[in-house]
Amino acid sequence: MANQTDKLVKGGSFIIEDVACDAIFTPEDYSDEQKMIAKTAENFVENEVLPEIEHLENHEFQRSVKLLKKAGELGLLRADVPEQYGGLSLDKISSALIAEKMSKAGGFGITHGAHVGIGSLPIVLFGNEDQKQKYLPLLATGEKLAAYALTEPGSGSDALGAKTTAKLNKEGTHYILNGEKQWITNAGFADVFVVYAKIDGQQFSAFIVERDFPGVFTGAEEKKMGIKSSSTRTLILEDAEVPVANLLGVAGKGHVIAFNILNIGRYKLGVGVVGGAKHAFGLTVKYANQRQQFETPISQFNLTKEKLGTMASKIYASESSVYRTVGMFEERMNRLSEEEVNNGKAVADSIAEYAIECSLNKFFATEVLDHVVDEGVQLHGGYGFMQEYEIERAYRDSRINRIFEGTNEINRLLVSGTYLRKALKNELPLFQKAQALQEELLMMMPEEPGDEPLAQEKYLVKNAKKIALLATGLAAQKFGKALDKEQEILVNIADMVSNAYAMESVVLRTEKAIQKTGLEKNKQKLLYTQIFCQEAFGDIEKDAKETLVATEQGDTLRMLTSALRKFTRFTPVNVIAKKREAADKLIESERFIV
Amino acid sequence: MNIYVLLKRTFDTEEKITISGGRINEDEAEFIINPYDEYAVEEAIQVRDTHGGEVTVVSVGTEEAEKQLRTALAMGADKAVLINVEDDVEDGDQFSTSKILAEFLKDKEADLIIGGNVAIDGGSGQVGPRVADQLDIPYVTTITKLEINEGAVTVTRDVEGDSEVIKTSLPVLVTAQQGLNEPRYPSLPGIMKAKKKPLEELELDDLDLEEEDVEAKTKTIEVYLPPQKEAGKVLSGDLSDQVKELVNLLHTEAKVI
Repeated sequence: MANQTDKLVKGGSFIIEDVACDAIFTPEDYSDEQKMIAKTAENFVENEVLPEIEHLENHEFQRSVKLLKKAGELGLLRADVPEQYGGLSLDKISSALIAEKMSKAGGFGITHGAHVGIGSLPIVLFGNEDQKQKYLPLLATGEKLAAYALTEPGSGSDALGAKTTAKLNKEGTHYILNGEKQWITNAGFADVFVVYAKIDGQQFSAFIVERDFPGVFTGAEEKKMGIKSSSTRTLILEDAEVPVANLLGVAGKGHVIAFNILNIGRYKLGVGVVGGAKHAFGLTVKYANQRQQFETPISQFNLTKEKLGTMASKIYASESSVYRTVGMFEERMNRLSEEEVNNGKAVADSIAEYAIECSLNKFFATEVLDHVVDEGVQLHGGYGFMQEYEIERAYRDSRINRIFEGTNEINRLLVSGTYLRKALKNELPLFQKAQALQEELLMMMPEEPGDEPLAQEKYLVKNAKKIALLATGLAAQKFGKALDKEQEILVNIADMVSNAYAMESVVLRTEKAIQKTGLEKNKQKLLYTQIFCQEAFGDIEKDAKETLVATEQGDTLRMLTSALRKFTRFTPVNVIAKKREAADKLIESERFIV
Repeated sequence: MNIYVLLKRTFDTEEKITISGGRINEDEAEFIINPYDEYAVEEAIQVRDTHGGEVTVVSVGTEEAEKQLRTALAMGADKAVLINVEDDVEDGDQFSTSKILAEFLKDKEADLIIGGNVAIDGGSGQVGPRVADQLDIPYVTTITKLEINEGAVTVTRDVEGDSEVIKTSLPVLVTAQQGLNEPRYPSLPGIMKAKKKPLEELELDDLDLEEEDVEAKTKTIEVYLPPQKEAGKVLSGDLSDQVKELVNLLHTEAKVI
């Protein structure tokens, strides 16, 4: 990783800058200790949680509580809690690895994530000394369990439209909360809820609400499509009495907490779904080896290989992107002084810096998971439709990921919206770069990349960024402030940016691995990189074309589409052959390997 | 009590194993603490927690085994020793390993030495007994229970599904069978502490051994995977015909009678 004297990576800057492979974190950089932590989490899930999964799916939540306490004994709830409050102050990579491994347990992974993430982190980051002393040691061991209550029946993506109110009582000792919070994960057993309410109907604020406070109730268990082994209920506040000491952060500044926790939730979700995708892939490739039709294991059919190759190259892309982002957090956190770490604000700012990456990882990785479980069911055939097969649960469990922590649509709009804001505020010289690019266009001749490994893919990454930049610049120029109404274009921009990030992440990861251990040991990575880059580049081309046509007309459009053709001209590799080759290795190993 | 654990790094037989060029493909294999040695580590920790003392984990192998030793430290062992034979021993066998271990242990005044009853890769089950023999101390293999009372040792051992109780005394070497205990996973605080625990690395030189002293006494002729399981056969017809057919097949096809 970059050393201390290097400047930190600016959020979103990858789209206008060249990034070197030794500047990013990759899964090949895990330390032995991080691997050991991951192994403990994995063993815990496999030996303790999975044998109970049927019971958990049937809403026997006393078992979830027991399992969480067991996880607490192993230290699996302590990663993100500072040492002075009974935690372990672990690095962000370790904490991400725990989330990845936990996700194998489907709904229980969500239970764990809600407790250690959105449940505990608001207190870790924004609690005052007394609040931290009082709650964190208990949350770190699992003696008390946490939940996060933001969504209401009438406000989901529009979080600040909350109707729940808080009013200081006459004595000035308690806030009286009234309202309903909907779809609250862990509500069935949580002891501590972080709840958002508007003081006097105006000041959006966060509170720490204990289950035992007068006026706190929960509704019936929801009947969900998936993640059934997590508890989801409504939190009902009827003149709930919350001591004034339990106001979290500053009155009226609840949005600061809410937005930062959303960022964290997104990036943790990105990590979690990588684990889910690897697991679903393993189930599928094993099944494809066992299942015989026409006296042949179905894994031997080329169409199966096509599917396996596509799935694995996408998983490689989401893993590479997500851990690259986690690495950037870790890098930034390492620079914080102890004081800064303790006040939480600086930590939250570090995360907010990467809001773009958080959002694009979220929608990209959750859609990779959705693709993998969908093809997983398909390769299981009729059996995949039957509940005896784990892939059936994985398929149902996957669906919510595209909805919660901000729908994927909202996250796409956030990516392009944040870019435009950063450009307008001159935090990133986006428009300047786009302008320069337009001038360069007319003179430009298509390049012919060399034939050494990754040369072609690097060329594609370079052009992918230019295309995304060009389209963004043109759309901003054309629509100005009204661009926020052009949601289709904003989504195209987000998709181009996201694909460019993922392409670059796989190229850099593979390059770093080859530099470290040679080409021979990294052939599989190279195959994934070739497959993914070519296919993602195709998507970028399509998004760019659509955007140009919706933006310009006549001669300008003709000029621009011919310029786009210069950027998109390349000699394709035989993706069918590459997928067969990648699949052969996967079929032999019966799991996702790199 | 001065406790030593003999630990081997092996590939995980629960993962798919492939062979190329007459060797197990190490690139794709997952490596673990030999599961029987894991029982040994757990037992050593429990004995130490009851009787006091120190647990040292020893492995003969390559640098790679450091990971498994760290895992044992994270479980709760106090010290680790890696006898790195990477440059000195090419194709060692149970003779080589036991010779090296005995040489290392001879002046350590161990009260209790615990190993796994067998390694899931080589599967000889000989290293423990050979070490005990060279140290001239008693040994009991495949144990499922260990009680220590002031130097008196009561051991229950598994004998083909039955059990046998043996009384002996310290110092003693025992090898662990499944059922002895339930090995713990390293906890996260344990993992953090393991970083700071001592892990000493030795080579043959440090033990005053020469390469020829530990040269293998066996030779591996061939390595191959067990045959693929074939689809079963369902016999039909009259019951007595089926029996005849079965006996016939056992003779001619399976060749087991």
